[in-house]
Amino acid sequence: MQVSAEKQREMLWTMLLSRRFEDELMELCKVEGKIPGMMILSTGQEAVGSGACAALEPEDVIITNHRSHNHLLAKGADPNVLMAEIYCKRTGCNKGKSGTLHLAVPEVNAPCTSTVVGAGPPIAVGQAFAQQYKGEQRVTVCFFGDGAAAEGSVHEAMNLAALWRLPVIFICENNVYAGAQRYEEHAPNPSMADRAAAYAMSGVAVDGNDALAVYHVVRKARERALAGEGPSLIECKTYRCRGHGEADPQHYQPKEEICAWQEKCPIPRLRDDLISQGVLTAADYQEMEGRAETIVMEAVRFAEDSPYPSPEEALEDVFA
Amino acid sequence: MQKLGMGQAINQALREEMRRDPNVFLAGEGVGVSIHLNPMFPTHGLLEEFGPGRIKDTPVSEAAIAGLAVGAAEAGLRPVVEIMFNPFFTLASDMIVNHAAKLRYLSGGKSAFPLVVRMKSGAGIGAGCQHSHNLEAWAAHCPGLKVVMPATSADAKGLLKSAIRDDNPVIFIEHMGLYFAPMPVPEDEYTTPIGKAEVKRPGKDVTVVTWSGMLGVGLAAAEKLAQEGVDVEIVDLRTLVPLDKETVLASVAKTGRLVVLHEATRTGGFGGEVAAVVMEEGFHNLKAPLRRVTGPDIPVPASPPLERFYIPSDEQLIAAIKEIL
Repeated sequence: MQVSAEKQREMLWTMLLSRRFEDELMELCKVEGKIPGMMILSTGQEAVGSGACAALEPEDVIITNHRSHNHLLAKGADPNVLMAEIYCKRTGCNKGKSGTLHLAVPEVNAPCTSTVVGAGPPIAVGQAFAQQYKGEQRVTVCFFGDGAAAEGSVHEAMNLAALWRLPVIFICENNVYAGAQRYEEHAPNPSMADRAAAYAMSGVAVDGNDALAVYHVVRKARERALAGEGPSLIECKTYRCRGHGEADPQHYQPKEEICAWQEKCPIPRLRDDLISQGVLTAADYQEMEGRAETIVMEAVRFAEDSPYPSPEEALEDVFA
Repeated sequence: MQKLGMGQAINQALREEMRRDPNVFLAGEGVGVSIHLNPMFPTHGLLEEFGPGRIKDTPVSEAAIAGLAVGAAEAGLRPVVEIMFNPFFTLASDMIVNHAAKLRYLSGGKSAFPLVVRMKSGAGIGAGCQHSHNLEAWAAHCPGLKVVMPATSADAKGLLKSAIRDDNPVIFIEHMGLYFAPMPVPEDEYTTPIGKAEVKRPGKDVTVVTWSGMLGVGLAAAEKLAQEGVDVEIVDLRTLVPLDKETVLASVAKTGRLVVLHEATRTGGFGGEVAAVVMEEGFHNLKAPLRRVTGPDIPVPASPPLERFYIPSDEQLIAAIKEIL
């Protein structure tokens, strides 16, 4: 299947924007008091969210997790309101109530970021059920990590989704580490994708640093879901270049391992590919970098200039 | 007027709301094809009318059932899911406590989660503590959840209809002991507002605040005390969250005395909340210290004499009332 030049540039662009956005966050969270809470980044894993979201239509739903910035930007979330929310300002997408960890952007059909590990899949099942119930031509994608796959809720969700042939795509970002535990220390089967067989659903492993490869398998899973063939499990093999959070010194991750994976960075990979295909020039790429810089700096300015919510706003939005 | 057990009243509410709103669907273990052929059970016969597209039998999978409700509610449906027994709430609690209750708040009010979680509760069937455990205080302690515990068939029907129409997550706890007891239920369409207590028996000497399965114990005690010339007012909360403080405080202002009666265990029970509200906002009306009559701090035992010991009795209530008269 040929992917249009425009689509490929879109993937490169959302990866680049996410990287610049998170690189800025990496610096900002070192400044005392600037960003409350934790900071969890997806540096090096951008091919997953960017490849997957490029394969989706705007009406499709994503359910994401604590490593969400790339997913949300790739789904089309406004960087200004995301940044303002990360700053916990009133102008943020959730009026300062969620902070960086629970960003919810229903406007782009990204209604839930759950930071309870393994909680996304059952909710994605509910979203997909609603799509099936209403006879809609849309799907739900759920991003979760290899660590989450140890949770019973993930099993329960896959079982139900497969049983009812729900239009849901489970995307496991196998980034090798769950907290400080390596994959083989918490999962007995080297292939997460193998688990799909237990639920009689499609399971496929893909190079998670190859945005195009991710795009292709997600596109195919989407077609299967819409044809009533049920859910898919896609294991994207990638690597967690940063720690569990920015406070994590990564003492348990070998330096050489991190360096080796940095060499496999998905951004120059797609860039070089596009240049060799002749659909991108070095000048185009420079322009993209400049645009990402402008957008991120504007987002920071927007967030910094925005007011905090007044304390009593804490009492709002509990009940509908 | 028709006389229905609470299970049948709930069945009518479900049937009427599903006819009214195509976005309402049911899911749970055996809500369609049940091992109980008994028409007194709440979802009896619904599969025949609404079909497997709207009456969803699920695997034994409480987290998935509750997650299904959360996701589907956000996407615009109105799920009514059944967690078979209140103690199994623990298996669904991440989805309910961390998601149903909080996601609206986390979204800054952008999303709504109009779902109902129905659960059976209560001692009295000899099933022991993993099936009989009243956890209403857990749910009530979690902001973002409404908690409803009807004591009569009529209230169960009217409150469940309100719960289904409510745009918030509602925890709806049904006492098993009330499923089969025929009680009058109006034939016409009606709803009962969530958040309104009701004075089930007016009186002037002492207020008993109660809910769910203990209403009968309260009324029995009141009848006995009436023969001794003591006039007991019984307030049925019906809804724990939101709590109708007004009705409670007005009753205490009238009688000057309060006993809170509930079946759940004492420590951290919702009775403590009612007591605290009255101490904070109605202390000046109290003529005597308030009392709580509750289950003891033990898991519910199975053996009949032990279980009878567990369940608060009208004798215990009468003794507590007499202490403060």
